[in-house]
Amino acid sequence: MFDVAVVGGGVVGCAVARRFTLQGARVLLLEKGADILCGASKGNSAILHTGFDAPAGSLELACMQAGYREYQEIHERLGLPLLESGAIVAAWNEEQHVKLAGIAAAAHDNGVADVRLISRDDILAREPALAETVLGGVLVPGEFLIDPWSAPMGYVLQALENGAEVRRNTEVLAGAFDKHWRLETSTGEVLARMVVNCAGLYGDVVDERLTGERKFTIKPRKGQFVVFDKAAARLLRTILLPVPEERTKGIVLTPTVFGNLLVGPTAEEQESRERADTDEATLRMLVGRAVEMLPALRTMPVTAIYAGIRPATEEKKYRVRHEPRQNYIVLGGIRSTGLTAALGLAQHAWDLYARAHEAVAAPVWPQAPRLAEHCPRDWQEPGYGEIICHCELVTRREIEAALAGPLPAQDWGGLKRRTRAGMGRCQGFYCNAALAALTAGRLRPPVAEVTHD
Amino acid sequence: MIDVAIIGGGPAGVAAALQLKRRGVGRVAILEREENLGGVPRHCGHPPFGMHEFGRVLTGPAYARRLAVAAEAAGIEILHRHSVVGLRPGGVLEVATPEGRLELRALRVLLATGARESPRAARLLGGDRPLGVLNTGALQAHVFLHGTTPFRRPVVVGTELVSLSSLATCRGHGIRPVAVLEQGKRAVARWPLTVFPRLLRIPVYYGTEISEIRGAERVESVLLRDGREITCDGVLLTGHFVPEASLARMGHLAMDAGSGGPVTDQYGRCSDAAYFAAGNVLRGIETAGWSFREGTAIADYIADDLAGGLPYAEGAVEVLCGEGLRYALPQALARVAKLRGVMQLRVAEPMRGQLRVRAGEAVLYRRRLAVLPERRILLDLENIKLTNGVSQIIVELVA
Repeated sequence: MFDVAVVGGGVVGCAVARRFTLQGARVLLLEKGADILCGASKGNSAILHTGFDAPAGSLELACMQAGYREYQEIHERLGLPLLESGAIVAAWNEEQHVKLAGIAAAAHDNGVADVRLISRDDILAREPALAETVLGGVLVPGEFLIDPWSAPMGYVLQALENGAEVRRNTEVLAGAFDKHWRLETSTGEVLARMVVNCAGLYGDVVDERLTGERKFTIKPRKGQFVVFDKAAARLLRTILLPVPEERTKGIVLTPTVFGNLLVGPTAEEQESRERADTDEATLRMLVGRAVEMLPALRTMPVTAIYAGIRPATEEKKYRVRHEPRQNYIVLGGIRSTGLTAALGLAQHAWDLYARAHEAVAAPVWPQAPRLAEHCPRDWQEPGYGEIICHCELVTRREIEAALAGPLPAQDWGGLKRRTRAGMGRCQGFYCNAALAALTAGRLRPPVAEVTHD
Repeated sequence: MIDVAIIGGGPAGVAAALQLKRRGVGRVAILEREENLGGVPRHCGHPPFGMHEFGRVLTGPAYARRLAVAAEAAGIEILHRHSVVGLRPGGVLEVATPEGRLELRALRVLLATGARESPRAARLLGGDRPLGVLNTGALQAHVFLHGTTPFRRPVVVGTELVSLSSLATCRGHGIRPVAVLEQGKRAVARWPLTVFPRLLRIPVYYGTEISEIRGAERVESVLLRDGREITCDGVLLTGHFVPEASLARMGHLAMDAGSGGPVTDQYGRCSDAAYFAAGNVLRGIETAGWSFREGTAIADYIADDLAGGLPYAEGAVEVLCGEGLRYALPQALARVAKLRGVMQLRVAEPMRGQLRVRAGEAVLYRRRLAVLPERRILLDLENIKLTNGVSQIIVELVA
């Protein structure tokens, strides 16, 4: 019998599994996909937010700020990056310009005291490559960049190393509560005292399977992104945020910890919870928008295109619910702020759980894959064998590590998220075949069929 | 101190190294990130390679082996698995090796990093992101180097020379393309090669392209602009070569957006005079033979330069690529009494008109021209007389 079954291996589930494990609970993480992070958590803009623009007094704000603090406390011990880039909310027209003072005031109300207005001249002094059409902005010094993959990987690895169990390819099909939970899954029955639903894009489906009714409805919202060549990264050091609109955070232009420059996301309502497809017209729009803000991008090659799906719901707020009589917690509708809020949500869930365990006295701190460009990378240390992916400088040693350990990659996406292999400017022209040979028999589906040795 | 460090051991790099040794240059080193020399021909399992260099028709891999043997015999230092990760002013290279990081200094550096095909993302080709979307280079590496087969029934995009060669590669490895797609109204490669798909009974669709790739794990189909859907298990994106000029772009060298390569003068010299460039890093692309000859020619200039015999780089005339042209190489002309060598030009689409070189309003050269994108246009620099006041010339093809 597990103390807690966590349903869903996205960033929230990984953080919850870590928190409960460290507090001494016996944790099982159930993920229906072949790997963790294969749903909403795989594609986002990788920003650690201060919560400066979150709804005042909201649970979202509280969790973001708690998560923000905890990430900074733990990132070094888990080998996770933090790039202290700061952000500017930039106004490009009068309508946006008049909103800046309100944004700064709201930030102060949210307790983000160092937020201040910044003049056009100061913006251009800080970011000389920016288009001169910028009118002014709000400087948010505490908005930072992190790695969307190694962070949750670090959380779940720490859970695993301290006693948690992870079952992948395991879908929760049904559940019944009678003093404890009896979960029917695609790989067998699971008994647990408590269930925490972190099922992301399927949060409502799992809610219904467990409680018999859907108390919220996921409205999948797709966001497309374009990644520019690494040469573009030197054009911008600060995250460039738009003046927010009613529904979403709008289109962001930002450096990444991987040394790229990213523009996106769009906000497209769709039915599918699975299909994160891109389309040329939207991608061209994003490139055009980026060029307007940063004209030197006009001649910059595009390295990658992708889309992510956020689990929005019919309401803007997080859909967190605790049903004490059923030992059931739902962390639902965690949208774009989930990467920041995950650790805070995990603390919140632990507080709701309100049961005493003996916390792990001296927790193990495993090291997440080192993927950030401003931190030491594997290729910088001798003995790596050979470089397999030349664009991202991914070594054979890193590939082999990703295929081993307590949570080995089992599919192509999982390998990429653990190593960055194949994600560079040539998109596999040089390394696809070498990777296929190196991973033969280890990934499903295989990258290629082995036809002869 | 290395006299000349050559980044990349493909045809241009090896040819340059051989020529530098012939010219008596002392320490010549090739930094090759792979295990073997040879570059892209290593995985082009088809002829014709080496007619000019070795006097016989070879397959790519045989040609690559010849290059390696010749380099070995000439006393060139070959540094395998040495990845140059950064260029610094004056010929200082940051290098990653399996034994640790190095900083190498050379009197002169030659960039010979070649070219690659445009991948899916750079083409902004939308849809799902399944496995099985590849360039020809990757397909060749699969079947010729690693014994793996990434798909069985792909759609092939493009009708360049490399596209047709990819059909031969497929045919030899049990892969049966279901269609060839060409965006234009006609094939890019010239007759009689264009009848090749028909001989293989592969339908060719002109004037269309993929609007969407579909598939959850592997490619399942492609949707065309005209609404047709073709069932397939892969997409082979051929051609649209771009220079692999990341080192130059990431570093301090001036870049040319038109060619995608570094800016050079008629000696292959970059904006930092310690750096030269030769081969397909200058533009996408010419043949291995062309790259070999270019490597040899630019090695001669490097040897001249080491002996103090190359005209100054300062005060060079800027060459602007004007209307009608995709690129013009070189992008700068060092001032000399009599220009020598050729200017390489390409168009983006079929063009007919007057090729003109002018300085301001003064026309320095003109000729009538009808040309297709896949044809190189050569302009003899001897035809251009630079007068003293000229600091910039424009090359253009006016309809």
